[in-house]
Amino acid sequence: MNWLESEQRERLQSEQKDWEAKEVATFLKKQPERKEQFHTIGDFPVKRTYTAADIADTPLEDIGLPGRYPFTRGPYPTMYRSRTWTMRQIAGFGTGEDTNLRFKYLIEQGQTGISTDFDMPTLMGYDSDHPMSDGEVGRMGVSIDTLADMEALLADIDLEKISVSMTINPSAWILLAMYVALGQKRGYDLNKLSGTVQADILKEYIAQKEYIYPIAPSVRIVRDIITYSAKNLKRYNPINISGYHISEAGSSPLQEAAFTLANLVTYVEEVTKTGMHVDEFAPRLAFFFVSQGDFFEEVAKFRALRRCYAKIMKERFGAKNPESMRLRFHCQTAAATLTKPQYMINIIRTSVQALSAVLGGAQSLHTNGYDEAFAIPTEDAMKMALRTQQILAEETNVSNVIDPLGGSYYVEALTTEYEKKIFEILEDVDKRGGAIKLIEQGWFQKQIADFSYETALRKQSGEKPVIGVNCFVENEDDVELEIHPYDQSTAERQISRTRRVRAERDEPKLQALLDQLTAVAKDESQNIMPVTIELVNAGATMGEIVERLKALWGTYRETPVF
Amino acid sequence: MEQLLAMDQTPIRVLLAKVGLDGHDRGVKVVARALRDAGMDVIYSGLHRTPDEVVNTAVQEDVDVLGVSLLSGVQLTVFPKIFALLEEKGAGDLIVIAGGVMPDEDIVAIRKLGVREVLLQDTPPQAIVESIRTLVAARGAR
Repeated sequence: MNWLESEQRERLQSEQKDWEAKEVATFLKKQPERKEQFHTIGDFPVKRTYTAADIADTPLEDIGLPGRYPFTRGPYPTMYRSRTWTMRQIAGFGTGEDTNLRFKYLIEQGQTGISTDFDMPTLMGYDSDHPMSDGEVGRMGVSIDTLADMEALLADIDLEKISVSMTINPSAWILLAMYVALGQKRGYDLNKLSGTVQADILKEYIAQKEYIYPIAPSVRIVRDIITYSAKNLKRYNPINISGYHISEAGSSPLQEAAFTLANLVTYVEEVTKTGMHVDEFAPRLAFFFVSQGDFFEEVAKFRALRRCYAKIMKERFGAKNPESMRLRFHCQTAAATLTKPQYMINIIRTSVQALSAVLGGAQSLHTNGYDEAFAIPTEDAMKMALRTQQILAEETNVSNVIDPLGGSYYVEALTTEYEKKIFEILEDVDKRGGAIKLIEQGWFQKQIADFSYETALRKQSGEKPVIGVNCFVENEDDVELEIHPYDQSTAERQISRTRRVRAERDEPKLQALLDQLTAVAKDESQNIMPVTIELVNAGATMGEIVERLKALWGTYRETPVF
Repeated sequence: MEQLLAMDQTPIRVLLAKVGLDGHDRGVKVVARALRDAGMDVIYSGLHRTPDEVVNTAVQEDVDVLGVSLLSGVQLTVFPKIFALLEEKGAGDLIVIAGGVMPDEDIVAIRKLGVREVLLQDTPPQAIVESIRTLVAARGAR
């Protein structure tokens, strides 16, 4: 079923030609347009205006209805009409106790989910007393070495009611083990725990660059997280396949979308190799995308991603359960668009980006703080960001009608254009041997670096306007802004707890478990999660677990491309 | 004219480095490319280096400029170590610049330590090139 009969389409096209020859031409004589050709931020050329003829080739079933294949219009049939998106502001600094206080503050302010940022040592699998951790403990996020830290982080928070997201990758399986161990300790039903770990290692090699081991064993860990969760944590999202960092590393929105789906394909292949059917785990796969500055392009990107995902899961992987075909995503506004000059205008940038996330059908959203071009956000900046979401949800009525931009000639045409280009890139990736091989060759990395450099040149020339930076610049010498302070006692407080845990544990038992860990790691048919849960229960630190497997697997070092 | 001058001189040698655990490399790669396109010899350390490794490379490669990119807030830990090591190796005259995201008071502090230029987000590539040329010209021949 199509939008237009071919005769109507021809009539419409000839009317448009007539309009261009008459009204448009007359106007252009008086005043030329601002540019000869306009482009989206992602470099898609756009027309002067769009008509039904531009979407005549898009089958109506591809647009469809919310909650129905191919889910272009949304993963659920009622969307924000039943419950608005989860407002999930990320937080993390200092020790578990420090961040726990921020969590409680955000919950008091009306936040509906928790999201955790970890410090660099935790993200990279170093204990807080490792030499590489010097100066970094609790600085960019919360420091977690042991189960005792996790207990402090989540103290007094009802994990059966509040979902916890953990932004962590190469060491994600250890954090998940701590989360499970904590859940068991508190007597929760594990199948009631909802939440997520990011655990998307492939985009780390491509973009964010938090990795420990070589690619193959790292992907095996991800596989183990997914299969363990499918069996033991029915409501848990074991992975957030992420475009956010690809975009923040400088990619175009198209690259963000296509590279993320290339990574998805790799994960699904790895898990199905174990004999698990796609419908056993795909319903819990989750995604994480950025909302960049080009308003309509972002909405089209989100809609196209849902359609592509549905088709990939159904046609390529033979999913039968519609839940395996509906893409659900967390969204964050684009941190790299925030500026230090005239920093308060970051609130406005963030609001517009948040609106495209909402009109694009995000399931949860983090809005950035206005001060993030200075340091990690203060409590006040986070409150502003949360209020931005609350205004969208409560005051604007944008959540009352599902996919209100559906049917817009422009948005539908761009959605279909995105779908086509995404599938072209995915085909190219397949032909070249798949995502892992291309990561090793720096293929994705080079394309991101190219687009990022072009963006820098476009900002320099003013072709890409940035208010306060290359236009409407103000002289502001001394900015009086209170930024998030770093508590110098953090490392000491953190290290003392870690040393206490080490002193109090049963050492021979721990060593035996570490040997068992090596044995499990060597045998690819086994799952690494159960022994890791035992290890954290026995007082093992993250660093000890990570180092043990470094001895077996070695570490990864990239050959940089720029 | 500019090209003639450039051909006359040996190219400026720059080591760009990422120190610590921070993996944000978008900015450093843009800088690397801009300097390379401007005819400089650019070495990029790659990620996750220690101050020791970076200073050793800078000395071995006899660079004019060491640029350190940091987006993880550890500038007040990293730069004192780097300057102490440079001093120790008799390379105190090496031009050190910084890039990344950092609060204003830290910029003041690292400038006091000896950092000659701090390039923040959205600094146009051409401005970076010019700033490095100016710093090297002011230092004079070695």
